[in-house]
Amino acid sequence: MTMGFRKEFFADERDDNLNEIGKPTRRQDILGHVTGRSPYFDDHLFDGLLHIRCVRSPHHHARIRRVDTTEAQSMPGVVRVLVGRDVPRNLNTLLSLLDFGIDDEPLLAETKVAYKGEPVAAVIAETEAQARAAVAKVRVDWDVRPHVLDVEEAIKPGAPVVCEVYPGNKFIYHGKYDHQKLRYGDVEAAFARADHIVEGRYQMSPIEQAPIETCGAIAAPETNDRYVCYTSTQALFFSLGTAAKLLTMPSNRLHFVGGTVGGGFGGKVDSLHEPLAILGAMLTGRPCKFAWDREEEMQVGAPRGAERWYIKDGVMRDGRIVARKFTGYFDSGAYTRLSSYAIIKGVGHLPGPYTIPNVYADVYCVYTNRTPATAMRGFGITGVDFAIEAHMDKVADVVGMNPIDLRILNAYRDGDMKAHRREAKNCALIECCQVVAEKAGVALQATSRGASSLRDGGGERARLPAHTALDQKGMVTGIDTGGYARKGGGASRQPVSMPGYSMPAAASAARPPAQASPRPAAAATSAAPSQSSTTPPPPPAAPANAGDRPRQGAMRFSSISGLRRR
Amino acid sequence: MGLHRGRGFAAINYPIGMNLGGDPSQALVHSNPDGKFTVALSSIDLGQGMKSVTRQIAAETLGVPVADVYVDTADSDTGPHCMGSFASRGTHRVGNAVIQAAKEARAVMLEAAAEELEVDAADLVTDGQGNIHVNGAPSRSITTMAACQAAQFKQGRTVSGRGIFLIPLSEVDPETGEMTPVSCFAHAALLVEVEVDDETGEVSVRDMQSAYELGRALNPKLVEQQLVGGAWMGMSHALWETTEPYYPDRSHGPVDFNHYLMPGPGDIAPHHISVLERPAPDGPYGGKGPGEMCANPVLPAVANAVYDAVGVRIDELPITPEKILRGIRANGGVKPRQRLARGAR
Repeated sequence: MTMGFRKEFFADERDDNLNEIGKPTRRQDILGHVTGRSPYFDDHLFDGLLHIRCVRSPHHHARIRRVDTTEAQSMPGVVRVLVGRDVPRNLNTLLSLLDFGIDDEPLLAETKVAYKGEPVAAVIAETEAQARAAVAKVRVDWDVRPHVLDVEEAIKPGAPVVCEVYPGNKFIYHGKYDHQKLRYGDVEAAFARADHIVEGRYQMSPIEQAPIETCGAIAAPETNDRYVCYTSTQALFFSLGTAAKLLTMPSNRLHFVGGTVGGGFGGKVDSLHEPLAILGAMLTGRPCKFAWDREEEMQVGAPRGAERWYIKDGVMRDGRIVARKFTGYFDSGAYTRLSSYAIIKGVGHLPGPYTIPNVYADVYCVYTNRTPATAMRGFGITGVDFAIEAHMDKVADVVGMNPIDLRILNAYRDGDMKAHRREAKNCALIECCQVVAEKAGVALQATSRGASSLRDGGGERARLPAHTALDQKGMVTGIDTGGYARKGGGASRQPVSMPGYSMPAAASAARPPAQASPRPAAAATSAAPSQSSTTPPPPPAAPANAGDRPRQGAMRFSSISGLRRR
Repeated sequence: MGLHRGRGFAAINYPIGMNLGGDPSQALVHSNPDGKFTVALSSIDLGQGMKSVTRQIAAETLGVPVADVYVDTADSDTGPHCMGSFASRGTHRVGNAVIQAAKEARAVMLEAAAEELEVDAADLVTDGQGNIHVNGAPSRSITTMAACQAAQFKQGRTVSGRGIFLIPLSEVDPETGEMTPVSCFAHAALLVEVEVDDETGEVSVRDMQSAYELGRALNPKLVEQQLVGGAWMGMSHALWETTEPYYPDRSHGPVDFNHYLMPGPGDIAPHHISVLERPAPDGPYGGKGPGEMCANPVLPAVANAVYDAVGVRIDELPITPEKILRGIRANGGVKPRQRLARGAR
């Protein structure tokens, strides 16, 4: 392993003479880590600690007729068995903190399960072994239902409904479409003019984050009617806000401690452990631990979700890509968690780091009867980057070009217009390609060797397409998925406060962004050229009933209205 | 029958921070009476070095040695709100919040020093070694410790600062996808060399040549650990890992590390990394965030290298020996491509 700097690139954009920045300073926490003494959540010991284990569905999809905990309750060491009705507010969607999506997932299933491993009850016992023994004694009367596991099967008419909140098995974007659209120029017209059409289908299977430390939390009653919670979360206030919502508890009665985590990679943002551990502490008056074993981590812990991508390119003989069309399916599993967000992120990333004058994408968040998916390193990007870059290799083959020359020919440069209608800046793809080619001894064309991210961008390449083909495919009415990122929408709806809960987050978010943002970032990113002449006509008015239904909101990190920017 | 070498290439960019913005982070900085600083965060250190990189950023901004700063994470009673450690947002968002907080604390420290030295605070500079002096007149100086002591015990000032960084949420046009996803991107290109065994279908990664552009390497050692580990994860994703080996069929799901496959020490390939730094205009000292993107180019590069070696396109991850052998059979044998050989055009 070697790492070296190529300081000659972009040297005039840097000051390399700083005191601390750029120094290989030893990590503040390294001694604790390498001597095994850094305290993680599980190192916080309590007298009388109780252990929580979940009763899980053996079926992909089933109605729950009855949960009988009688025998489990009388097992040795069992203090209490929790079921769905014990959870003060047993329905949530993680991104409700951002006013995005509809509450769709119980902490403990009550009426049905939608994936193998979904929890239906939780045993609290003196030891983990006793909790496991009692889990085996909880009897559930199942009514097994047909299930669906393939994303394209799941969206066909007549497919089993995975999540009743989204009866078509698709998340609804902006209260309007059953997918996220990207429309830039006219791909069909460009395909007709292209010398070659290159098509591909790409599939990424689910992947486990595989941290050494499995997900978990320990909660205990504190003095002053509060609860302390030691947690492995990657997002302390996200987990705190989620727990406050599910437990109908003011956030300041919760004291979360974390900060040192044994690897996360995205798998520790779902905030399932903290609410159940705290609920256990509330109902037993004793410290409770809820942590996954390795099997749970791998099979019921949310993985990086599977993605399926179809790509179709229109390519000219000289290697220029003139049109690129995507159809993408994110396999969200049984509930939304964070997949809805990843898709918008993925769509903003298309068509990859290339300047292509016509781009089209339909990307679907699809529900299937499998473990819900969540974040993982590269969330929303890793899967489609695999698809794009494997596809680029095919394009290179079709036009008979060196794959690195093909990338540099199509690479985005400073000032180019991107498909999400903002100008590219601070680009460096070409330079990375050149450095690798040089190191690996791959001979590039002279034009590739002489190319630069700083030159030859903008101008014609900054121009928005004269015509963009729009459509209303997949339009849905009568469903309100929140004001998050909603264009001109969401403002009419008042955030709904939980009973007894004041909303400090919403209150502070009401400040104008100019005060809240200390850096010129907002101004810089919104400095795109005016789109007024080419922006498509405004969408039709929202369905009449949108916004009428009170939303199941709790502590919100943003109240959206007043915060949105172009 | 035999071993076939192939080379594959991929290039990527990666958006830094939560998509669309709307993801604030805060920081609080304060000094002990003797000029030792604490940065209070609720951000999480996953092992990526959150505490260390924010510590260096705070020290740089305050103008004190890094030993004079410690970072405390994460206690909801003492650390102000942070959205969390994900989306490559830690260095960028939290780093900017720490800069703002440290600037405010620094300003108080310099005002205190100015009062002690009877000069204008605007004329003062720090040397990063624990001293404050008049610009151009190093002899007119006071230590940061003495300035902080004077602030707190003589002048009644708190040497403290508050910081927040927020990129306001962008809206998304449902018709066109028009949006402002992020404010900066990191970049990478990578060429991987593999060896494919056409009898067993096994792939071994022999060598990786990469270039990563990540704004500024705020701490080169932390960057190196991310890039080395991330590329390992990328090759692991490409060739080994999945919880559902026959997706969308749910059978044969691994439940432990005996069955959840990952490359071991003997599978790790030499990795020759070059770092380019094009500072992000809104990044903390130009930093972007190498954490997530470093894995991404490896997946397609490995798939492309397998094709280069034996002529089989595997478009479904992971690239298992079974898929390769089936592909070779369907192709009627191995068909090496060799498009990226040294010196080839």
